[in-house]
Amino acid sequence: MECVFGLVGDGFALVAADTSAVHSILVHKSNEDKVMILDSHKLLGASGEAGDRVQFTEYIQKNVHLYEFRNGIPLATAAAANFTRGELALALRKNPYSVNILLAGYDKDVGASLYYIDYIATLHKVDKGAFGYGSYFALSMMDRHYHSGMSLEEAVDLVDKCIIEIRSRLVVAPPNFVIKIVDKDGAREYAWRESIKDAGVSAA
Amino acid sequence: MSIFEYNGSAVVAMVGKNCFAIASDRRLGVNLQTIATDFQRIFKIHDKLYIGLSGLATDVQTLYQRLVFRHKLYQLREERDMKPQTFASLVSAVLYEKRFGPYFCMPVIAGLGEDDVPFICTMDCIGAKELAKDFVVSGTASESLYGACESMYKPNMEPEELFETISQALLSSVDRDCLSGWGGHVLLVTPTEVQERTLKSRMD
Repeated sequence: MECVFGLVGDGFALVAADTSAVHSILVHKSNEDKVMILDSHKLLGASGEAGDRVQFTEYIQKNVHLYEFRNGIPLATAAAANFTRGELALALRKNPYSVNILLAGYDKDVGASLYYIDYIATLHKVDKGAFGYGSYFALSMMDRHYHSGMSLEEAVDLVDKCIIEIRSRLVVAPPNFVIKIVDKDGAREYAWRESIKDAGVSAA
Repeated sequence: MSIFEYNGSAVVAMVGKNCFAIASDRRLGVNLQTIATDFQRIFKIHDKLYIGLSGLATDVQTLYQRLVFRHKLYQLREERDMKPQTFASLVSAVLYEKRFGPYFCMPVIAGLGEDDVPFICTMDCIGAKELAKDFVVSGTASESLYGACESMYKPNMEPEELFETISQALLSSVDRDCLSGWGGHVLLVTPTEVQERTLKSRMD
């Protein structure tokens, strides 16, 4: 089952997501990137129905870029989060998207922040958040080990603890995860945690 | 499970002597899981008018944005703040507009009207107003709140006593409701000042 989780550390925010693309009992691929780099200093980790996830997150990304082109300055993280919530809320009573989102960003004046956005457009600024069946394990691990102002090493260590817990305790646990980070130097991929590598196509 | 019980909430307002108090719990949950313990349910419309919204969190946020928008327009046109009675009628109209596809919210409105006479009212999700002279309640803990308020309430309480009473009523009621709690948020409004306090309670 899909799993996205994230946390805020000292001057940075981390978002981790599983990387399996699943349809019923079939795993299409196990290196699907579900954490989108929204712009230079924002990350959008999304989980939910595959079509909605890609379509909605790309829509948000293009609109965030459009704002920057039109106005010459990038959107603040809080503004991007509220825009995302607004789009989900508008669609909610017409044609709802089934996408859960964790939006992480870094602003010079505010620092790092993480926003929890439900598929029914509930918005809340959080220090740690998680979606999916993996959230039961990730949130508990984070409740136990998280403290504000964690260093990068401590935070990645905590993320690894959550991944180990998910792998060992969730019945249909996703094997691979991607971890992305956003801090004053920008949004970038930090690491992959793979326990199953996609096998290459063997010659017939 | 009812859509009103998806996020969990408790809101109460009480009338005192030339003052009123409005209080809410702080839990944001998704069914059985607690997402945050600092969710805001009471919003300021103007210095002497507050609205507490219980029910589905996404509709709480949407409805608050719509009401603030309407009030700001009113302020621009009329060059003054709305009276609480007028605002209550506005909320009722906004809710009834969506009669066959409602916002899943039960508002509690509390304000100081003309000559600083306290005004409280509540309504159901389609805008049926219920005026009261003593207290109004709303949320998943509403039944407990009715009992607690009925037994603890006295007319014409001074601000300090009113604060104590509403806090005790809120805390004892949410302790009997698994979907609300995780702290309390109390606002005490008199003609001259507003006191905002956070209550520490059983965190479970």
